[in-house]
Amino acid sequence: MAEEEAGRRSAEVDVIHVRLGALSGVAKQALLSAYDLARSETTLLDAQLVIEEVPVMIYCPRCRAPRGVPSIQQLSCSECETPSAEILQGLELQVVALELRR
Amino acid sequence: MNSKPRIIEVRKNILKQNDEIAHTLRMRFQDAGVFVVNLVSSPGSGKTAFLEATLTKMRSEFRVAALVGDLATENDANRLARSQVPVRQIITGTVCHLEAAMIEKNLADWNLRDLDFLFIENVGNLVCPASYDLGENLRVVLMSVTEGEDKPLKYPTMVNSADIAVITKTDLSHAVEFDWPAASKNLQAVRPGIQILRVSAKTGNGMDEWLRFIASQRVNATAG
Repeated sequence: MAEEEAGRRSAEVDVIHVRLGALSGVAKQALLSAYDLARSETTLLDAQLVIEEVPVMIYCPRCRAPRGVPSIQQLSCSECETPSAEILQGLELQVVALELRR
Repeated sequence: MNSKPRIIEVRKNILKQNDEIAHTLRMRFQDAGVFVVNLVSSPGSGKTAFLEATLTKMRSEFRVAALVGDLATENDANRLARSQVPVRQIITGTVCHLEAAMIEKNLADWNLRDLDFLFIENVGNLVCPASYDLGENLRVVLMSVTEGEDKPLKYPTMVNSADIAVITKTDLSHAVEFDWPAASKNLQAVRPGIQILRVSAKTGNGMDEWLRFIASQRVNATAG
């Protein structure tokens, strides 16, 4: 995907920014090692992968506000402990931006 | 010379390709009026026995079929063939999960309009299948009483992605002193509000409730 974008703009990619949710099912370290393997023999050989880890946030129906959770094993409001299955963030597995070198 | 890096916004899911195929499949399933169920669990939790019992009980009333994923063997498809409904094995080789493209490829010559329900038995694995949408209507996570009550806490991502939890092999729950309240508490912690069914494919206990559940889900899906 990054190669495609870079190719279309005939530029080289310096940095790939990725958002990685705590509930994405992917571990940061695993993504980094997979990236190391995948980028060899591509135009991304020199591109750095920067991963932003995104914690889970739920909507708390009692506080009526976005709230954090104690852990991904306990999806309840960090303030009032009300359970909520309404996940606002934390599922991301997304390339958000590319830094290009001309 | 301009050497300033340019930043371009992308915002694309890394699994975009799978998501797009899954989306196409979901539209096809909806068009054809087939309700699709994706069964996920760890190896040995009783997916195949549960599915065989389900297919056998459903076939007099509904047109059902199954796709079954496995790393290496056709054993599961052979077992499921005893239910006398169309079953196809997907051998994934080294891939530890099913992907939407595998479903698309293996459905190529099936007429979806001839089906009411399509069951997909995923590869036994509670990690990777969580990330791959197969275009299903319902994702069912199975957990057997022999696996221990804390399974949901060990695999929160998978449980969180599921629509319903089915606890299997309940005929063994006394033997293993299964702690029902703990299991329920753990499931609810990871996925607040999740519905939990208890079944034994062996004795048939709980199967009727499960069959009523998916029949009503199909009615809701086709009505909407």
